Amino acid sequence: MASLEDKFEESKKLGLQIVRESEDDRLMTLSIGPQHPGSGHFRFTIKVDGDYIVYCDPDPGYVHRGEEKMCEYRNFIQNIPHLERPVIHDSTNITYSYSLAVEEIVGIEVPRRGQYIRALASELNRQVYTLYWLAIYGIFLGHSTMFMWPTGDRELFIDLLEALTGARVTHAYNIPGGVRNDMPEGFKDRAIRQVRYFEKRLKEYEDIFYNMPLFRQRTEQVGVLTKEDAVKLGVTGSVVRASGIPYDIRKAEPYDIYNELDFKVQYMKTGDSFARSYVPFLDMKESCHIIEQLLDKMPQSGEVRAKLQPNPKGPAGEVYRRVESGRGALGFHIVSDGTPKPYRVKMSVGSFRNMLALPFLLVGQRLADMPAIYWSLNYWPVEADR
Amino acid sequence: MATYPQNYRFGEFIGSILWLVFWILIIVTLVGLPLIFIVLFYVPLPPIGDQVLTPYLFLTMVVDPSRTIPIIQQQMTTDLFRVAMFPGFTYAALIAAATIFIERKFLAKMQLRVGPLYAGKIEGIFQLLADGLKLIAKEIIVPSGADKPIFWAAPIAFVAVSAAVVTLIPVAPGWVVADTDVGLLAVFAILGFFPLIALLFSWASNSKYPFIGGLRALHQMIAFEIPFILSALSVVILSGTLNLTGVVEAQLQSYWFIFFVPISAFVFYISSLAELERIPFDLPEAESEIVAGWLTETSGMIYGLLQLGSYIKTYALAALFVVFFLGGWAGPQIFPPEFQTPLINVGPLYDPVAANATFWFTLKTFGMIMLFLLPRGISPRIRIDILLHTGWYKLIVLSFINMFVALALIYGGILGPGGLLVR
Repeated sequence: MASLEDKFEESKKLGLQIVRESEDDRLMTLSIGPQHPGSGHFRFTIKVDGDYIVYCDPDPGYVHRGEEKMCEYRNFIQNIPHLERPVIHDSTNITYSYSLAVEEIVGIEVPRRGQYIRALASELNRQVYTLYWLAIYGIFLGHSTMFMWPTGDRELFIDLLEALTGARVTHAYNIPGGVRNDMPEGFKDRAIRQVRYFEKRLKEYEDIFYNMPLFRQRTEQVGVLTKEDAVKLGVTGSVVRASGIPYDIRKAEPYDIYNELDFKVQYMKTGDSFARSYVPFLDMKESCHIIEQLLDKMPQSGEVRAKLQPNPKGPAGEVYRRVESGRGALGFHIVSDGTPKPYRVKMSVGSFRNMLALPFLLVGQRLADMPAIYWSLNYWPVEADR
Repeated sequence: MATYPQNYRFGEFIGSILWLVFWILIIVTLVGLPLIFIVLFYVPLPPIGDQVLTPYLFLTMVVDPSRTIPIIQQQMTTDLFRVAMFPGFTYAALIAAATIFIERKFLAKMQLRVGPLYAGKIEGIFQLLADGLKLIAKEIIVPSGADKPIFWAAPIAFVAVSAAVVTLIPVAPGWVVADTDVGLLAVFAILGFFPLIALLFSWASNSKYPFIGGLRALHQMIAFEIPFILSALSVVILSGTLNLTGVVEAQLQSYWFIFFVPISAFVFYISSLAELERIPFDLPEAESEIVAGWLTETSGMIYGLLQLGSYIKTYALAALFVVFFLGGWAGPQIFPPEFQTPLINVGPLYDPVAANATFWFTLKTFGMIMLFLLPRGISPRIRIDILLHTGWYKLIVLSFINMFVALALIYGGILGPGGLLVR
């Protein structure tokens, strides 16, 4: 098997060499996206030799919205609603990381109940995202039931989040200093009931989707990312955990109350598409466990939000805080010049780092494995473009 | 929200309908009736029973519709009726329509959805009609650089070839369009056209994704053609005939062949799925890989025709399974020997044996169609190398096993003429 560097050099040569196709070309250039049903808001050009992919050139940037620049024209609070747009299915985790960073700049302490509710919302939203991701993975493999079931069960958590935050998808729930509002009456019982039901459904998922022989044939030993390559490429989240590295920000750099919780970092050693699709599933199981713990350990009453001045500002300086999102490490680097508006905001997202592995994994694989590898990388094109 | 014009008057609406009825009556009386009379005068018509069909007899039919029964009875014996109506195209198309409806609702129930719900009020039964009207209304876009004659001809050829398979299927004793002695060979000869049509159409589309899809269709259908034929061969050995009616009669005399050659039935089922390009074998149309495969450049009614053809093909292959392995029309007699209807007696048109046979045949065919639909709910798409491996290595070996079983049954004196299990 060719090493990562060799593959890179080889594909670079190939990309420069063939500029346009002629009739007697052995290679065929295919444009996957942005209007291809198997790409999302993203385009990558591949060259195929028969059924094998010999070259892949990712071309992100179709949904670049300048989120980072937009942050410089708004104050710290106004930034929240537009910052969650890159991944509306995982919006709480984006604002979580941003709020942590702003809290450090402004210098406020979040009340304990606020910290718990925030972590709860984050875990619920992680479930929503992972289910949506799993649904798309199903449709990429041509499994329509695998699309419908997670999409339907996603409603469980969307309903909970709606009761908690008032919005179904874009919550804008985390704000610097805590969360916007307290939990509603009877939320705990409802949440526990729905999570218990979901745990039963997860068993069915395992039996019907993951133990299906055809699913395993499609994904096992496909697009293997070794431990060393995973470290070299700097992938994150479920992709790095699938390659045998138990790295989770929640465990490695615990934020808020995550060091008080009892949970395991789920990882697999094979590093193939199956592992990359199975680790998020294990994460969902673990998240159910975490949600139950959070609901149990939560202080029964108290403030959920620290008092904040109307237009908060802190001293000049810079800060970097990150959280574990559905796609891996999601960090915010904020530079403040002492005014209520940030001087510079930099989002570091897991999607972009995972996308870098795509060309190396696709080269040498079959065309039919392209969707199985591409979506297993836990890549969200809109987030990568920011 | 209902929208209607501001100056809407109910009286005007009724008036316009009355106006329309008036004009229709005038035109029918002054133009339509004379035309019918001219036709009836100059076209020689066959005698119905003991009387000749005259314009005067025709006029009495308008008053007493029960007098049309002998004409219908006479028409039902013609070839045109068989090709166009009962064992032929209309019957197949109706089953295809029912298949689409069942597929939608059945799949929806598997996936915890409701399926089509609005068109036609009751469970969306008119969804297909709405889809058809939509497809007819859409523009047909022909890609630039396409090979136009083939691009237009391929969808029509697809439906025609599907319908050609239907002509060979015996639905009830005596009810078959083409009762040839080489029926089973003819089936596979006709099915051999499909990869050719797919490849021609994909080449004519002048686009990359259809081309890859067409090549995949070719690979897949050729890989599965041989196990397909070999699995049917054990049926030929058991029944001793290539005539499809003969195959059914051989099963009527003993037992259904699925009890003797279950592995062949399984191979036939898997090969049918591959032939139909249904999930998990829908590689030629793999959406996430090659957009829509060889159907990428289709639009409007070209797409509609290809879908119609593929659903008629589904019926044809399900019916072939029933003929080969499930005893065709075999089943207990549940229809009464005769019945009468008030007002217009359709009793003379009623044949208890044919009705019973059709009932059981249709029931079994729908059972098979459900089995063809089932994998779509539980399975992802498989990869081309696994598919070819399955086709060339596993299924061919499996079908040979049952061929030897069939030979043993014949030479062991269990089946065949004068066998132990022959009634």
